[in-house]
Amino acid sequence: MKARVHVMLKTGVLDPQGEAVRHALGALGFDGVNGVRQGKVIELDLAEADRARAEATVAAMCEKLLANTVIESYRVEIL
Amino acid sequence: MKAAVLVFPGSNCDRDMAVALRLAGADVTMVWHKDAGLPKGVDLVAVPGGFSFGDYLRCGAIAAQSPVSQALVDHANRGGYVLGVCNGFQVLTETRLLPGALMRNAGLKFLCKSVTLNVATTDSAFTGGYRAGQEISVPIAHHDGNYFVDDETLARLKGEDRIAFTYGQNPNGSMADIAGVLSDNRRVLGMMPHPERAVEAAQGGTDGMALFRGLMGVLATA
Repeated sequence: MKARVHVMLKTGVLDPQGEAVRHALGALGFDGVNGVRQGKVIELDLAEADRARAEATVAAMCEKLLANTVIESYRVEIL
Repeated sequence: MKAAVLVFPGSNCDRDMAVALRLAGADVTMVWHKDAGLPKGVDLVAVPGGFSFGDYLRCGAIAAQSPVSQALVDHANRGGYVLGVCNGFQVLTETRLLPGALMRNAGLKFLCKSVTLNVATTDSAFTGGYRAGQEISVPIAHHDGNYFVDDETLARLKGEDRIAFTYGQNPNGSMADIAGVLSDNRRVLGMMPHPERAVEAAQGGTDGMALFRGLMGVLATA
């Protein structure tokens, strides 16, 4: 079973990289970009075949390592 | 004072840290990250700067899961002293020994220069060798030193006088100009600037030395 984890900076946490990308888009003439937030996507290939168990395990992985919940939020997708 | 300096793959300030500690008179042992334990009777564990595990995932995140990091957390929970500098500070936040997180510098650039710090509290073994409000010059060298905490934690840090150092001129966007913070028992210090790079005149200044001497003063008998 495959899982995909989306890690984003929490709302309210300033994202300097996203801001830089927004400025660069403006410089390229792409007007009307009000905000850019940059995150990461982590794909996992799991031995687990049970969907619910896989989801719970990946959530535990996020809490322990994949995300820093002080500044980041995460979303788990089981594929 | 018996000190241990942790060494991770990618640490690059570990030997500088050992030199500074030895200059202050400490008995220093280097400890590899795969070691599950610390040498017996260690008073201080220093987590050095560098790029542990290539800064993969997040700075300090992988190092925080190393076997030796569990020993580090146990040492801190027993009331042991811990000094984390630069990447070491990032490791301490990732182990949750210190609150907050270090994010990418607001200006996105890697910064390598001497900065002026204000000693924000003298109430710790690390800062007791300075005068309150003293300005010191210490180098920074980081890409991810932008300290973030939620408002509630920031208020607590201020209320409990746990901000150890602040920047004279904020170089990286850190909240409340914070350059270093203490744990609630005041025995764990994390800071982005490098005091171990300011201990000999040849390094351009010696303002970092009072930190190591201060520690030695408190832990000398051990």
